[in-house]
Amino acid sequence: MNWQGWAEIALTLGLAVGLGWPLGVYMSRVWNGERTWLDPLLAPVERLFYAAGGIDPRKGQTWIGYAGALLAFNAVGFFLVYGVLRLQGVLPLNPQGFGGLSPHLAFNTAVSFVTNTNWQSYGGETTMSTLSQMLVLTVQNFVSASTGAAIAAALARGFLANKGDDVGNFWSDVIRTTLWVLLPLCVVVAIVLVALGVPQTLAAGVTAHTLEGGEQKISLFATASQLAVKQLGINGGGIFNVNSAHPFENPTPLTNLITAVSINVLGWAAFFAFGRSVLARKDVRALVVAAMVLLSAGAVGIYVTETQAPPAQVAAHVDASVNMEGKEVRFGAPSTAAWAAMTTGASNGSVNGMHSSLMPLGGGITMFLMQLGEILPGGIGSGVAIMVVMALLAVFVAGLMVGRTPEYLGKKIEAREIQFAMLAVLVIPLFMLGFAAVAAILPEALKGLMHAGPHGLSEILYAYVSGTANNGSAFGGLTANAPWWNVTLGLAMMFGRFAPIVAVLAIAGALAAKPKLAPTAGAMPTDGGLFVGLLIGVILILGGLQFFPALALGPIVEHFQALAFVASSR
Amino acid sequence: MLSHLRPALVSMGLFTVLLGLAYPLAITGAAQAAFPAQANGSLVHDRNGQIVGSALIGQVFVKAEYLHGRPSAAGDGYDASASSGSNMGSLNDKLIAREKTDADALRAEFPGAVIPADAVTTSGSGLDPDVSPAYARLQAPRIAAARNAPRGEVLAMIDAAVKPPLLGFIGQPRVNVLELNRALDERFPMVG
Repeated sequence: MNWQGWAEIALTLGLAVGLGWPLGVYMSRVWNGERTWLDPLLAPVERLFYAAGGIDPRKGQTWIGYAGALLAFNAVGFFLVYGVLRLQGVLPLNPQGFGGLSPHLAFNTAVSFVTNTNWQSYGGETTMSTLSQMLVLTVQNFVSASTGAAIAAALARGFLANKGDDVGNFWSDVIRTTLWVLLPLCVVVAIVLVALGVPQTLAAGVTAHTLEGGEQKISLFATASQLAVKQLGINGGGIFNVNSAHPFENPTPLTNLITAVSINVLGWAAFFAFGRSVLARKDVRALVVAAMVLLSAGAVGIYVTETQAPPAQVAAHVDASVNMEGKEVRFGAPSTAAWAAMTTGASNGSVNGMHSSLMPLGGGITMFLMQLGEILPGGIGSGVAIMVVMALLAVFVAGLMVGRTPEYLGKKIEAREIQFAMLAVLVIPLFMLGFAAVAAILPEALKGLMHAGPHGLSEILYAYVSGTANNGSAFGGLTANAPWWNVTLGLAMMFGRFAPIVAVLAIAGALAAKPKLAPTAGAMPTDGGLFVGLLIGVILILGGLQFFPALALGPIVEHFQALAFVASSR
Repeated sequence: MLSHLRPALVSMGLFTVLLGLAYPLAITGAAQAAFPAQANGSLVHDRNGQIVGSALIGQVFVKAEYLHGRPSAAGDGYDASASSGSNMGSLNDKLIAREKTDADALRAEFPGAVIPADAVTTSGSGLDPDVSPAYARLQAPRIAAARNAPRGEVLAMIDAAVKPPLLGFIGQPRVNVLELNRALDERFPMVG
């Protein structure tokens, strides 16, 4: 550990939240239909969508109508992706000559990209044609992100309404977020990334004749355009197998900084946009502080663990000051630690180093950050929405302690909201732990493991945690392209995505129907340090109590094994 | 639900045209026009115009006169059509055995030297184009002997090739293996 490392981590995390603030103001203007400077360019495109789709953007929807539109849109996306991937072999723009995907892999991949997860049971450069990467995967990277943003916009309207039933118009939210927020940012970031070395070509690759007289086949893709949205949309699915560890996806420390900041910036922006939209900037600032405290603790933790003595390097009597297995020389421990925390705290899942080769506790921290519910800052909009659910639970717990009906952002929080809030947070462990428990004893599932013992359990646990949380990163030793893994992970991703979304929209609908209360002196303040502490407590207790036993059998026991090994090898 | 079908189909169709075709193709056009070298993979050519590799992608070096890169888990080593890390956990037996074997070989070659971590660990991508300055300097005696070159000059070339962290603290110092090896071939060509 050194000051340079700490400075790099602080800069990376800080830039994301700092840039998130102005972008959040802009995002809120887009949600509210206020004027922006891109209107002359984009309003005609928006009108084309409305005219062709028969959409009246001013017509509000009830929460059920909103949820129905969201599910219909995502169902169409699923079938489109599934169809293209199955037919890849006979479709054009396939210079690689790849065949169609198997039914279970196509199912898994379609669910994965529609749900903003981007779990990949396949290696990009050995499976996906240029057409598939562009036509279906890139498109879902955009629209799955704006689907998440839409639920935050709807939830904001639920808080703002006074005895109403209108949570907004899904079509307008998803179209405007895509056109005004994601597309312009992606264009800028993609061009900058090309200038810094990221390829952007329709060619499949070249063959080089190396200095030592060998041949090297080098795969190429239209990388930058997909990379930009993979990061900014908090998707995370690599164009290449090793994702952002690949020198083409991440050639320099500067591209690493840009793409790492891109992982979190729109997640934070959605927090600030929510705060501006519900006229509660201070309360949402408290949510940001709580999330930032937990995320920073994660990054610090991983940097510390990655600079502990790695067992293999100690046994080989080489420099053991940094764990370099699975890391790139240009990044080292600080870049990898910051990225690992940011990608798992957000529901991104791209990696710039191999998580499976992190030190046991470092890998455990990445799992724990996902288990907290993808709220640090999570996906665009979906992160702040689940964080608000946590805040509802926090005011509810506080209300129980002092015997007063809890309020949050001017709404009374009652049984119905808490029931849906519990539904949103309880679906997650059910799929994470339920599937992991079955897989741990099923021979069919165990065939996919690379490791036995605690690290093998971590491979299983990480897969279902990542899938259910819609993260998408992996302990890559697991060979997941098999029917059991593809199908169960597909189900975990589907329920992990849509159950909380429907619950959040139901909360939005229930809140909208209530009268808007004026702030009173009797309500607990939700913008100060006391609330931040309470909220962090609720998040940690929910995450900790549910997952500690599983983590104890995986990364924690492996950590003590590693300590014992190092002590005996010195 | 049925009333949602038309907007769902139409908007997904329009998004596919706009984001799946227009956006990547427009970026490709702009990239090819403005930054053709980077857009096509930062390829490196020899004097005859033949592609010898990419400046961003590591390749296999085993000959004594060249700077060697890190161990690689991509295919049979530096397979740039199948990137991969080892994904081995920190207590994996094969990892422990492999690092020990590699370290022993390096110690036999350079007695008494401290072996840098990157010399015995595989990178995340299996295509790491760089080594640490320490690992590059470690190899200077072998390279100098094989090329019949003064060791001091090889060391000076390595030091000149070190890329520092951005602004002194972002990223790590590193030496690009292919670039240095091309410079070595230029300065101290192998005879015969």
